[in-house]
Amino acid sequence: MDWTLVANVVAAGLLTGLVYGLMALGLSVIFGVVRVVNFAHGEMMTVAMYAAVALFAAWKWDPFLAMLPVALAFFFLGYLLQAGLINPFITRPEHSQFMLLVAVAIIMVNALLMSFGPDARNVQVDYQLESFEAGPLLLDKARAYAAGAALAAAAALFAFFRYTLTGKAIRACADNWLGAKVIGLDVKRLYALTFGLGSACVAVAGCAMVLLVDVSPPLGPYYTLLAFVIVIVGGLGSMGGALLGGVLIGVSEALAGLFITPSAKSMFSFGLLILVLLLRPQGLLGRRA
Amino acid sequence: MNRRLVLLGLLAAALVALPAFAGPYALSVATLILYFAYAGQAWNVMMGFAGQLSLGHSLYVGVGAYTAGALYFHFGIGPWAGLWVAIAACVAFALVIGFLAFRFGISGVYFALLTIAFAEFTRIGFDHLAWTGGPGGMFLRVEQRETWDLANFRGPPAMYYYTMLALAAGAFALCAALVRSRAGYYWQAIRENEEAAQALGINTFRWKMLAVAISAAMTAVSGVFFAFYYNNLFPEQIFHISRSIEIILGPIIGGLGTLFGPILGAAVLTLLSDGVTELLAALGIETPGIKQVFYGLLLLVVVMFLPHGIWPPIARRLRL
Repeated sequence: MDWTLVANVVAAGLLTGLVYGLMALGLSVIFGVVRVVNFAHGEMMTVAMYAAVALFAAWKWDPFLAMLPVALAFFFLGYLLQAGLINPFITRPEHSQFMLLVAVAIIMVNALLMSFGPDARNVQVDYQLESFEAGPLLLDKARAYAAGAALAAAAALFAFFRYTLTGKAIRACADNWLGAKVIGLDVKRLYALTFGLGSACVAVAGCAMVLLVDVSPPLGPYYTLLAFVIVIVGGLGSMGGALLGGVLIGVSEALAGLFITPSAKSMFSFGLLILVLLLRPQGLLGRRA
Repeated sequence: MNRRLVLLGLLAAALVALPAFAGPYALSVATLILYFAYAGQAWNVMMGFAGQLSLGHSLYVGVGAYTAGALYFHFGIGPWAGLWVAIAACVAFALVIGFLAFRFGISGVYFALLTIAFAEFTRIGFDHLAWTGGPGGMFLRVEQRETWDLANFRGPPAMYYYTMLALAAGAFALCAALVRSRAGYYWQAIRENEEAAQALGINTFRWKMLAVAISAAMTAVSGVFFAFYYNNLFPEQIFHISRSIEIILGPIIGGLGTLFGPILGAAVLTLLSDGVTELLAALGIETPGIKQVFYGLLLLVVVMFLPHGIWPPIARRLRL
């Protein structure tokens, strides 16, 4: 066995895993606060990827530059989605929320199909073919930058929740919805804000991901499932858990691709998910509700 | 009560007489409606009655279809024998999933995600199973379409229609009996408040397992039908999560936990989807995806404004 190859595969999986982690972080934050599982999460991710593709095609914007306007637009879209559609569903049963978001997901995927067609699209920048050398490791530049952006966005979100008053108010809502209402917090607005922030995470993750894979509409449902796997493994509602889960899934997918066959890689992830659900349903870093 | 029976009788008579009037296309649409009515009824046992949200029912459609299909393909064992093996296989799957989930106290969203995980896991498994053709699919031999060959389940479209009609009627009757049985009352107690049900001395584990097993067994039959109706099976298609969603749309749109909801929901959704296709064809619009966008929008409207489904308000209007 060639250990340099394994180390390189693990490193690449780790970097991709951080981007996965940021995507899942959005899902986890939304669930942790709003208590709604966003079944349109992967679809939102693909919308962000297409946005980056479109901005690149139109004005040659580098996806790392496109990240900022796309994240801002996603924040507002997420805010409106929660305020307009999801807030009235907060007190409805889970299956009702599920149907709502499935409808949103169906609309998103097919709107993409209508506007961009079924063919896979990508972005080509010159640093995609370059790499950093660190001892025996060769790290793709694009992958390293993508992971860096994901880490930066995650750190910003952590800081927001820890140090700002609004962030603390949102955490209060998550801890005790009724208590938050009693002390006069505008819970519905905070929910909308949270959904906006979760969507912005997805936007950043999507813009970074477009440098690593080609995007086509069916990727939406795939990423939704992937995000579920990651947050459940890490702990639904736990922010650190989402990043950890992302890295674990990224590395295990990469290793499965190397040792078994690339097409079986998600079987690995689902197997891991089943194991975690059975042995530690609250996830690796989650707390029991 | 009598009004109900009369209306039900009229509906049954209309459905039995339908092949005499309908063309081949209308008959295939009607068969599809009955198929979804049946599968929705099966899913409803688990969710509508016992309150266990499964988002992975494609697992049972797929395992049922592949079991009966493979027995026919490899050993020439006909669908009537294969049916029982398919049911046994699906019940075994369901009991394993149910046992693992309920033993470890997994419920709600987590249970739903577990069912998705098992369905996806199995899909990828079949993708790598050479015995059933892997991702390239499995094709059953198609022969003699003119005469009814019930033993091998080969025949004209009307045969499939009547089979599906019998299955849908049987499922309706079974569910009507179940919901008024001891199990049905226990399920509803569990659905409304599991802890309270447990406090009353109901063995919730056992009754939830029963719901899962019955639902899986019923879904397995729809899988066998699927295999011999379409004659080609691809893991990517049959196990896909969109197949699970298709199954559960009917009961939710029609009215969760009601007997008539799954039937009405299946009819409304199938006709709607077909209607949109026809309309777009008539308008000369061929953009891929536009039909599903319409469909999604309609779904959104129904979910938002009719939270209990279409059937309950209609039932009230008809004083049923």
